[in-house]
Amino acid sequence: MREQLLISRGARRFKRFGALFGSSLLIGTASSSVIALLFIFYFIMRDALPFFRIEGVREFFTSTHWYPSREQPEFGALSIFVGSALVTLGASVVAVPLGILAALCLSDILPFSVRQVAKPVIEMLAAIPSVVYGFFALVVFAPLLQTHGGSVLAAGAWMVAAPLGLVAVAVGSDVVAARLPLRVQRPGRIVAAATLGALVVAVLLALTGMLNRLAVSSGTNALNVSIILGIMALPTIVSVSEDALNAVGRELREGSYALGATRAETLLKVVVPAAKSGILAAVILGIMRAVGETMVVWMASGNAARIPSPWFDFLQPVRTLTATIAGDMGEADHVTGSARYHVLFAMALCLLAFAFVMNVVSEYMVRRSRRMKG
Amino acid sequence: MDRFRNAIRGAALAAVLCVAFMPTGSFAQAAKIAVDGSTTVGPVAKAFAEYYMSKNPGVNITVSESGSGNGAKSLVNGTCDLATMSRFMKDEEFKAAVGKGVYPVATVVAVDGLAVVVHPSCPVQGLTIDQIRDIYVGKITSWKELGGPNVPIVLISRDTNSGTYESFETLVLNKQKISDKAEYVGSSGAIRSRVQSTPAAIGYLGLGFVDKTVKALKVNDVYPDVATVTSGLYPIARPLFMFTNGYPKMGSHLYSFLNLYLTQKGQEIIEEIGFVPVTKY
Repeated sequence: MREQLLISRGARRFKRFGALFGSSLLIGTASSSVIALLFIFYFIMRDALPFFRIEGVREFFTSTHWYPSREQPEFGALSIFVGSALVTLGASVVAVPLGILAALCLSDILPFSVRQVAKPVIEMLAAIPSVVYGFFALVVFAPLLQTHGGSVLAAGAWMVAAPLGLVAVAVGSDVVAARLPLRVQRPGRIVAAATLGALVVAVLLALTGMLNRLAVSSGTNALNVSIILGIMALPTIVSVSEDALNAVGRELREGSYALGATRAETLLKVVVPAAKSGILAAVILGIMRAVGETMVVWMASGNAARIPSPWFDFLQPVRTLTATIAGDMGEADHVTGSARYHVLFAMALCLLAFAFVMNVVSEYMVRRSRRMKG
Repeated sequence: MDRFRNAIRGAALAAVLCVAFMPTGSFAQAAKIAVDGSTTVGPVAKAFAEYYMSKNPGVNITVSESGSGNGAKSLVNGTCDLATMSRFMKDEEFKAAVGKGVYPVATVVAVDGLAVVVHPSCPVQGLTIDQIRDIYVGKITSWKELGGPNVPIVLISRDTNSGTYESFETLVLNKQKISDKAEYVGSSGAIRSRVQSTPAAIGYLGLGFVDKTVKALKVNDVYPDVATVTSGLYPIARPLFMFTNGYPKMGSHLYSFLNLYLTQKGQEIIEEIGFVPVTKY
């Protein structure tokens, strides 16, 4: 009886090995993504460093002459870095305000039933393959920009500026009215609103006139890609920041209302600050989507390796890092290990480093905001 | 019983491994032909493949279009049996191939004229090859200098990865640097769609891709068509190649597929796509 309860030495060893095997298997599984990342870093480094050894660092980061296929190749990638930065900036300008506002609207303003329908529809934007976006940008949006570029821009300006102007008029007239004597406050407010409104409309009309005269010679440009990339980054930003806003919870909102705050005050002073880190994460995820996107920029950015002059002219074509890697990989010869092959890895390394820095920064900011709260 | 089962399992595994690692010999080649390479020659290879497979139901032909450079690379790496290329193989590609025991053999299946195209509304009818070069290197920047309206010229080029670009570079640019204002697109179809939707654009593409939505310009007073390209009058023309690893064994499927261009049907296919055939039936 007693002997049956005791575990033999062999069985005990077997058991211990089993436990060791199991836990090491789990550790291996858990660290596989980390290992994959290390491997990616290693292999990209391995193919990127020879470029700097062959061609040096200076030309790559300071020259704008990108002629990789000539007999005396030139690998000045500055204009390509600027192109990537411009497109990313443009996409963020389109996607970040729109995305955060849409998330606020979904989480706090629209009725729950509408939200239940609208959120999956927005998330469906993320499911559209990027080549479809690229095709749309190339075949529909680029010709539209060329034929009606000014009007499209003017319409866009109205769409952005009209609501902002309305808010400005409302707030401005309130501020003006508050300074007047009590007796004339009401007529004063109306007069102020009318003058401010007229001013805003005049400015907008002038702007529209200016934009309407603008001729877009080539529809495949930084603006086209920025807008399309902005739309592609939207679902990420909306979805993640809406989750963050939702996670703030009822208690905080109800506490704020109980203290007599209006809905706007609750949103801006309680909900958004509480969800700040989540919103930041959403923005960074969205921006990373725009930086890493390849197909759309390859199809619709024009791919001209030159810095627009002036640099903020979004109506000129640009070339991005991702499009260059995708477009030049075919001819780059890995058999002979030419500089033309390694330069693409140098670009990939820069993209990877950028992603890494972005992630570290976001992690740091999230931690800091947590510490400030705690 | 268990041991018996294990033995069977082992045998089955061994058999599977044997099949998987069997050298791809003549048997595999007979049933399957992989074609990779130029987007310019691609349509010919695709039409050939369709026709050949309808005549020989047992044969499976896959055609990829990833650019001449990729075609050469695939042939060298042994991932395709036939590389379609719109330029001849470069020295380095040949060296890499021979180093790997691949002996590329070229067959000219058709001739292609590179047409310079503009929007149909463009008043310019013809240019000299020097003018085209000046446009693409950035010396001529407005249509006004060529007798058109005062709008900047939008340069459209194939990506530097394509055989079409390399032919254009050698046939037209004459070792000068292409302007940094040039926009690059990834396929001949994309060039056409950009030019047909952009009034100020100029682009270049194989004769086979020219249709009524764009206007082909006369070059040095010669209009690009079948007659001028075959006679060598039209200045921007080039042969189109299919490369194989050694000359295919006579009677094999690869052999008959490669030589389709010599048949009457092959000529019809090439003419339909818009290239110029090397045969006259």
